[in-house]
Amino acid sequence: MNPELIRGLLYIVASIFFIFGLKMLSSQATARRGNLVSAVGMLIAVVTTVTAMEDIRWFWVVFGVGLGCVVGVLAARLVKMTAMPEMVGLFNGFGGLASLLVGWSEYHGKWAASGTLSLFTTIAIFLTVLIGAVTFSGSMVAYGKLSTLITGRPVLYKRQNLVNAFVLGALAGLGVLFCVQKLDQLSSAGHALVYVELIAIIVLALILGVLSTIPIGGADMPVVICLLNSYSGLAACAAGFVIGNNVLIVSGSLVGASGIILTRIMCKAMNRSLANVLFSGFGSATSAKAGGYQGQANPIAASDAYLILEAARNVVFVPGYGMAAAQAQHAVRELGELLRSNGAEVRYCIHPVAGRMPGHMNVLLAEANVPYEMLVEPQDINPTMEMVDVAIVIGANDVVNPAAKEDQASPLWGMPIIEVDRARTCIVLKRSLNPGFAGVDNPLFFKPNTRMLFGDAKASVAALVSEFKQ
Amino acid sequence: MELNATTVPLLFFVFVLAMFLGVELIKKVPSQLHTPLMSGSNAISGITIVGALVASGHDGGTAVATLLAIVAVVFATINVVGGYLVTDRMLEMFKSKAKDGGKR
Repeated sequence: MNPELIRGLLYIVASIFFIFGLKMLSSQATARRGNLVSAVGMLIAVVTTVTAMEDIRWFWVVFGVGLGCVVGVLAARLVKMTAMPEMVGLFNGFGGLASLLVGWSEYHGKWAASGTLSLFTTIAIFLTVLIGAVTFSGSMVAYGKLSTLITGRPVLYKRQNLVNAFVLGALAGLGVLFCVQKLDQLSSAGHALVYVELIAIIVLALILGVLSTIPIGGADMPVVICLLNSYSGLAACAAGFVIGNNVLIVSGSLVGASGIILTRIMCKAMNRSLANVLFSGFGSATSAKAGGYQGQANPIAASDAYLILEAARNVVFVPGYGMAAAQAQHAVRELGELLRSNGAEVRYCIHPVAGRMPGHMNVLLAEANVPYEMLVEPQDINPTMEMVDVAIVIGANDVVNPAAKEDQASPLWGMPIIEVDRARTCIVLKRSLNPGFAGVDNPLFFKPNTRMLFGDAKASVAALVSEFKQ
Repeated sequence: MELNATTVPLLFFVFVLAMFLGVELIKKVPSQLHTPLMSGSNAISGITIVGALVASGHDGGTAVATLLAIVAVVFATINVVGGYLVTDRMLEMFKSKAKDGGKR
């Protein structure tokens, strides 16, 4: 049979594996097998590609794949579960960088092969380097913010929109110039100019990625991570247009679509539009109305909190980023088990945007072996919140802020929250009364049924556990 | 495949259909699987490794083109291998938990 045909069919098989893999990933029972199926699809695609190559530089290909494997395996093995958001951000950025380099390399390769580039090819190369570069630098900023290498607060400066508009305009202009050139009719000086345009496009796109990510605060990171995930898929898709390969286009757009859906879910969970997340500088010092709520917070000692918990029959844990930061998930599970053997009904309620990445808290609780059946959705527990004796808030803040339904002036107004303020007692584990990542004051801390257990989340939970064990 | 007025609409056709398919596939994913779904789909976006390999193997390609392509191979491989392994590690934890609970 014609080898070209066989390869085409194998690419279709790989695409089918990706489609089934993704479908299986969206159900608890089949997710792990789904991941494996999609990995097999990847293997098929790679092997098929290698057999089609005209001139394989074996040494370099083996070197590149080998180095990538070593780094990838080490990173995947060594990363802590609490550091998962920055790991995903980093991998995402690498995918974007790879697409950028593919576009750049193909500019050389295709031009050398045919002496010119068609308009379609230049447009595809332009889009690949543009999206790839934005994905890369944006992911690096997200990585820096998530791993606290740089400030998690929104970085705002004067005339921000003007600068962004300028960069976008310059990119559009350079893009047109780059795409319409006819390489076969140019002098060598003309060729150099086109190359300068390409480099300028890459640099400006890298700058655009940084500019569009730095004004976004840490609490909005779940949205950004989803969006960058989508971009990395679209970059691969654009690279697929450059080399005219359907398997890249199919899998790239599957990833692009899944990132867009997750982005939409996250925005919905915050009752905000995507534009608001991206451009409002939410949670910066200027947008938060600090000092709006004053009152008497009621601090509580671990020994007194124990007495409340000991008498409780119905307990709900509400974890947030603070639990991840303090690595408190194992201590939390232990406390939950003690409460259960004490006769209380124990549940865990996770807000969709709690943490720094979609599903972040679920991963941590899974790591600590909290049974899946003990999780409850916010919309299911809110109607019966009055029946809850104690709601324990561990390092969550904005997702339990009652200002979202009480104060129309609050930046959080309208966001669906977990209404722990309606529980009989609410114990908040927190370092201080400082507002959360979004910089919005939380009136929950000053409610009469709220008790503040100050200190590191892990130490506080451990103190409660040892009280129970005595 | 050469990009021309015949092939580009075909490729674009595939792109549009795959986008719709992706939306339908992921629409009902439960929130506890958001992280593995994201890192798993992130690994799929490493498919650009195919592009990197193709770019590294052009007949008579220049040294610059090969160098860029090999660097792309390295990063795409990290994306693919790391992405799949880390997703598997996460899902392994989810799975043992489902077994402990006894029901799905």
